[in-house]
Amino acid sequence: MSALHFATLTPFLLAILIPFLFKYIKRIHTGWFVLFIPLILFIYFLTFIPVTAAGETLMSSMAWVPSLGINFDLYIDGLSLLFALLITGIGTLIILYSVYYLDKRTEKLNNFYVYMLLFMGAMLGVVLSDNLIVLYVFWEMTSISSSLLISYWYYRDKSIYGAQKSMYITVFGGLSMLAGFSLIYIMAGTFSIQGIVANLEPVVNSPLLLPAMILVLLGAFTKSAQFPFHIWLPDAMEAPTPVSAYLHSATMVKAGIYLVARMTPVFGGNAEWFWIVTAAGLTTMIWGAVSAVRQKDLKAILAFSTVSQLGMIMSLLGAGSAAYYFGDGDNALYVTAIIAAVFHLINHATFKGALFMAAGIIDHETGTRDIRNLGGLLTIMPITATLSFIGLASMAGLPPLNGFLSKEMFFNAMTYITEYGIFGIETWTVILPVVAWIASIFTFLYCAIIFFRTFTGKFRPEKLETRHVHEAPIGMLVSPAILILLVVVIGLFPNILAYSLIEPAMRGILPGMIGAGEFFEVDIYHWHGFNIELMMTIGVVLFGSLLYMTMQKWSKLPFYHRENDVFNTVYDTGYEGLIKGSQFLTRIQMTGRLRDYLMYICAFAILLFIYTMLRFDAFVISTENLSGIDPYMWGLMLLLVASVIAVPFINNRITAIIVTGFAGFLVALMFTVFRAPDLALTQLLIETVSVIMLVLAFKHLPKLWKEKTRPMIKAPRLIISIGVGVMVTLGSISAFTLGGQAGYTGISEFFTENAKSLAGGYNIVNVILVDFRGLDTLMEVLVLGLAAIGVVSMIKLRFKGSEDV
Amino acid sequence: MKPIRPNDMMLQVTIRIVAIIIFAFSFYLLLAGHNSPGGGFIGGLMTASAILVLYLAFDVKSISKALPINFEMVIGLGLLLALGTGIVSMILGFPFLTQFFDYFQFPVYGEVELTTALPFDIGIYMVVVGAVMAIILRIEEDDI
Repeated sequence: MSALHFATLTPFLLAILIPFLFKYIKRIHTGWFVLFIPLILFIYFLTFIPVTAAGETLMSSMAWVPSLGINFDLYIDGLSLLFALLITGIGTLIILYSVYYLDKRTEKLNNFYVYMLLFMGAMLGVVLSDNLIVLYVFWEMTSISSSLLISYWYYRDKSIYGAQKSMYITVFGGLSMLAGFSLIYIMAGTFSIQGIVANLEPVVNSPLLLPAMILVLLGAFTKSAQFPFHIWLPDAMEAPTPVSAYLHSATMVKAGIYLVARMTPVFGGNAEWFWIVTAAGLTTMIWGAVSAVRQKDLKAILAFSTVSQLGMIMSLLGAGSAAYYFGDGDNALYVTAIIAAVFHLINHATFKGALFMAAGIIDHETGTRDIRNLGGLLTIMPITATLSFIGLASMAGLPPLNGFLSKEMFFNAMTYITEYGIFGIETWTVILPVVAWIASIFTFLYCAIIFFRTFTGKFRPEKLETRHVHEAPIGMLVSPAILILLVVVIGLFPNILAYSLIEPAMRGILPGMIGAGEFFEVDIYHWHGFNIELMMTIGVVLFGSLLYMTMQKWSKLPFYHRENDVFNTVYDTGYEGLIKGSQFLTRIQMTGRLRDYLMYICAFAILLFIYTMLRFDAFVISTENLSGIDPYMWGLMLLLVASVIAVPFINNRITAIIVTGFAGFLVALMFTVFRAPDLALTQLLIETVSVIMLVLAFKHLPKLWKEKTRPMIKAPRLIISIGVGVMVTLGSISAFTLGGQAGYTGISEFFTENAKSLAGGYNIVNVILVDFRGLDTLMEVLVLGLAAIGVVSMIKLRFKGSEDV
Repeated sequence: MKPIRPNDMMLQVTIRIVAIIIFAFSFYLLLAGHNSPGGGFIGGLMTASAILVLYLAFDVKSISKALPINFEMVIGLGLLLALGTGIVSMILGFPFLTQFFDYFQFPVYGEVELTTALPFDIGIYMVVVGAVMAIILRIEEDDI
């Protein structure tokens, strides 16, 4: 355990305190306590900047399951540090904002902050883990905690729907990602990402590369809301605004971006990777931008705009992956793409975080987010309006803000992608920049819609839910103001980030491209002369303004009113189909009759047994090495067989119970004969307890009656029950014979020899239970306890009328 | 007319003594388990049957009053105890559930073996008692 491990686990550890703080310190908003956690972590991670800026990395190991190659290894390089800083930095601002957003008297703050810390810790785990399996565990934790956050207002149906949707889609992606990681393990023989990158030879030449790539990309695309998995993101807007701002500006959705960036050294350089990532990114970008224009809800517009911006970053990473095709770090083109991706990642976190918070302020103060009801807020909320204006201008790509810089670089990357001359790009020359350009026009358009519809026009208080609309309290404005300040500062002086964050992150994405001691050249400036990128930006502004001015005309088109994404229909139908299908399957198996369940289990076991025995030709019966059978054993066995056979023919319940008990006691007797006192004791006690239980439950049992069943139904049951007997007999005889032939010694020898020396006990059975196989015992009693609690709750919370348990 | 109540005085007097013997034996089984037949599972079942015998001889009300135990809680405590012994060894840097034992000299008793398996076994004992009692009492109380 190093300090780094503690830092990663801190959010989890301190989350335990939150409910107590909430319960016992009512006077102070719980958020004030929570605020310190991300703040301290942020400062802690800041101390790593000199390390990564010098081009060094840090690996800190801790064994977890070393026998399977799963270690809790944390790795810090420029890329993971950038994300860690975003997570903790934006996290601090979000917590501060939430203190003012959520009322301490009415909201369940304990739930909120516990989920928030779980999420934060899980995100830190994702970006810092070097081990793929550990990364996967944290990855799924982000899915779970984020859906808890989305369903924070769980009494709203829409919140539940949104939470479920995000969970299903991201967990689906997570599982395919796990499959992808397993394939990578098969190829590379290690789960360590750095280990895989250091020895790429077996991975690159493997036929499994493409399936692994697609599976990993499914994970990344579902998480990052890439087309066509983007549909969960708009529905996730049902979360409280601090959550949306956190999850969808800086963290959750960026996890997919992180994964793609992290995996670039492994998969980059393949035509498939280049095409899938770039094409998915661009499709998402234009789809999100066009969909955003059609939305009427402020947060929905921002949601689709997030989808679109993520697509943009994704396509840049795809374009940049070509660096691995050429295998050198000199070509300025793809280096530009990676710079743009990292730079825009930072920029998007700043302006989108601020915009979400501004939308939250508007919602909080006016009670609505519908742009058809809003308007004229410029004079009422001047600070919010200013902040929103700067943020939107940055998103639209206007100079001199940071969004302009990364947009220019994006155009540059997309335009000159044609010059690569690889992967059959020549034929697709025009499409990429054109798509990028059109998507940017729509980006400009929805930015304009947000600003002008909300802040200009006529103020109509009668359409708003709150009476006195006024500017938000100062505390709520601090966080967006800090972010907007960053937008402006980065916009004016972009090169303060160049060698502190961007260049180290690029070394993380493109390791091995340059030697030790060398650095990528990162120089961001505003004026490149009258080149094609500038023309494209001017075109975006012109066409965007034109479209906004003619909005009156085209807003009557049916296109504008179709807010619902077509893929939502696909999801809903698929979801219903899944539910129906599983209900159908369940109804076949779960008849509610113990008899049927036993039949399924036994029939399956018999089939499996027969198959295995035939497949390995394992039926052997030999009469060698048998000891004699004492005459009294014959008597015992006959009694046992007779009592068991008698049970089905008894019509009286008491008699049936007694005869079953009799058989049980005979078994106990046989244990005694074979000198197994522990088993005999247990068997005796179990019989006693079950007799007492039957007596107690007697009054609840229905009248015993014989079902009249046709022989056709009875026959299979008879076959199955005889089959089970034959199977067990043949199986044990064969096992005994084969064991004798092969000279196996049973595992019991080990226990006999070592029980005293290793565990200090003479009773082997007990030593096995508590020591050698302690975990099994623990799990067994866990099951026992769960079963007891299940029985108790089923009896206590039984159906009352139409009410289900 | 009052319902006729069977006179089970003999049963009750005997059970008072028998139950104590069963209890004592069950504790013996629990503690002796490491070196001779017994252990948490068997001991737990025997304790449960001792309590059940009491319930059979007397009515539920008076026994519940004499033994005011929340058996659902006992399940949880037992699980925590069993898990806890595993976690202690983890904190000390050994794999989960590593058990230790050593021999100590005590006055009067002489040499005694103490193991960490014992608290683990007691945890199992508690879960078994709790589970059996919780299930049976719930079924008993239920009147539909």
